[in-house]
Amino acid sequence: MAIKLPIYMDYHATTPCDPRVVEAMLPYFTEHFGNAASRNHPFGWEAEEAVEKARKQVADLIGASPKEIVFTSGATESDNLAIKGVAAMYREKGNHIITCVTEHKAIIDTCKGLEKDGYRVTYLPVQKDGRINLDELKAAITDKTILISIMAANNEIGVIQPIAEIGAIAKEKGVLFHTDAVQMVGKVPFNVNDLKVDLASLSAHKMYGPKGVGALYVRRRNPRVLLAAIIDGGGHERGMRSGTLNVTGIVGFGKAAELCKQEMAADSERLRGLRDYLNDKLHKQLDELYINGSMEHRLPHNLNISFAYVEGESLLMGINDVAVSSGSACTSASLEPSYVLKALGAGDDLAHSSIRFGLGRWTTKEEVDYVADKLTAVVTKLRDMSPLYELAKEGVDLSTMVWQTEGH
Amino acid sequence: MAYSEKVIDHYENPRNVGSLPKDDVNVGTGLVGAPECGDVMKLQVKVNPATGVIDDAKFKTFGCGSAIASSSLATEWLKGKSVDEALAIKNTDIVNELSLPPVKIHCSVLAEDAIKAAIADYKKKQGTTMSAAEKAQPTVQTI
Repeated sequence: MAIKLPIYMDYHATTPCDPRVVEAMLPYFTEHFGNAASRNHPFGWEAEEAVEKARKQVADLIGASPKEIVFTSGATESDNLAIKGVAAMYREKGNHIITCVTEHKAIIDTCKGLEKDGYRVTYLPVQKDGRINLDELKAAITDKTILISIMAANNEIGVIQPIAEIGAIAKEKGVLFHTDAVQMVGKVPFNVNDLKVDLASLSAHKMYGPKGVGALYVRRRNPRVLLAAIIDGGGHERGMRSGTLNVTGIVGFGKAAELCKQEMAADSERLRGLRDYLNDKLHKQLDELYINGSMEHRLPHNLNISFAYVEGESLLMGINDVAVSSGSACTSASLEPSYVLKALGAGDDLAHSSIRFGLGRWTTKEEVDYVADKLTAVVTKLRDMSPLYELAKEGVDLSTMVWQTEGH
Repeated sequence: MAYSEKVIDHYENPRNVGSLPKDDVNVGTGLVGAPECGDVMKLQVKVNPATGVIDDAKFKTFGCGSAIASSSLATEWLKGKSVDEALAIKNTDIVNELSLPPVKIHCSVLAEDAIKAAIADYKKKQGTTMSAAEKAQPTVQTI
């Protein structure tokens, strides 16, 4: 089978809408265009019915009840609502929040903002495998701690945090537990009750739904979580998120959730096979590859590898018919490589050499073969051009070298 | 990000990749940058002892496409130049030739550093030292 170029292998960034999702959405642009908040005519009723159906589809995917789903514009808003909403609502109980250094910027920057308002935030480090240390989490909890926010699976390295254990610790200490579950939900099983999660951020476009719609799961019993709204207005979504509902987007989100629930098991098994095949093939064809983060506790469709002695951006330039992303940040003004990879302690040089692969519903074996072979050719060419590879082959220990960095 | 055609050409067809014998008294080697910064350049010149002209130059670079292009271009320019002419190459010349955007100017600075370091090594081997002016750090200019 001929493959179509360019190849998309960046499914952590976003996913295309499943055609079945688009089909479900289309009537809600035109004939069923009503405002779900219009209570006194059939146009509104139709829209509301569609929203409630989608609410159930999303709830079913994560083992929640429909009333626990608050629709938002996406996971960034959900993260903001969870953290700011809890912080404001539980201010009298305490002012301490615990999170982690490898969280998405929507969490980190929201927490940094709260620090300016008198909140105290603990940013837990991660171990070499990308997971937090549960003893450090327990030790960080004080009588002022109101929220623990730890992501379910990381967007760069795909590492899955010990969510059930964190949930149990939070429950025992009476602290609310929020998780940014964007990368995990719809890909592998995620149940809010099994995991003892109180709040969870979801995004439609990471699971074959449309962009611009997400949700926040807000637990209603044991305990009942209260949130202060961050967007005020008409009191939609039980007062937690005002604003006319994005009915088409929500319908698409619901359909995407339903499809994920049906197809997740088969999809993830197939993708795990392809991901392992990619990893094996690269390791057979190249030496000095380093996998970033735990392979055991990892999303089945993620691979993050550092190709030692080769700089990531030059690597991307050589495989320009393949869409992947790099932890290198040669294009950013700060020239800082990925903070997630730095947090693993692998060294900045390996962070600069990293490539993130995200496989998805339409990834084929032919595409994986093409990507592996192309990468092998480009890495080999760039290593022939790399002074670091030459030094390493001469037996020089690069970590003990003194580099002339003055002025850079 | 979009690269200029010249950067892409140097990336795809790099000139003068390789190494010269670093113990040769007529060869000067410059190794600048650091792996944790994402850029390391090794640039070597071979000076003809009879004429004082650089008759070979080689590079190896760990870095982005613009860093590779900057060092590749530098080796092209170095060939046929005297040592003093080589020291006159400025990072801004490289920026202009390759149409580097502001975030990539450091690549050209590194290439200028590599030229200066290679010449300094050559002069050290020859028993002469660089003047203070020649040693001065290149100035970073945005265009």
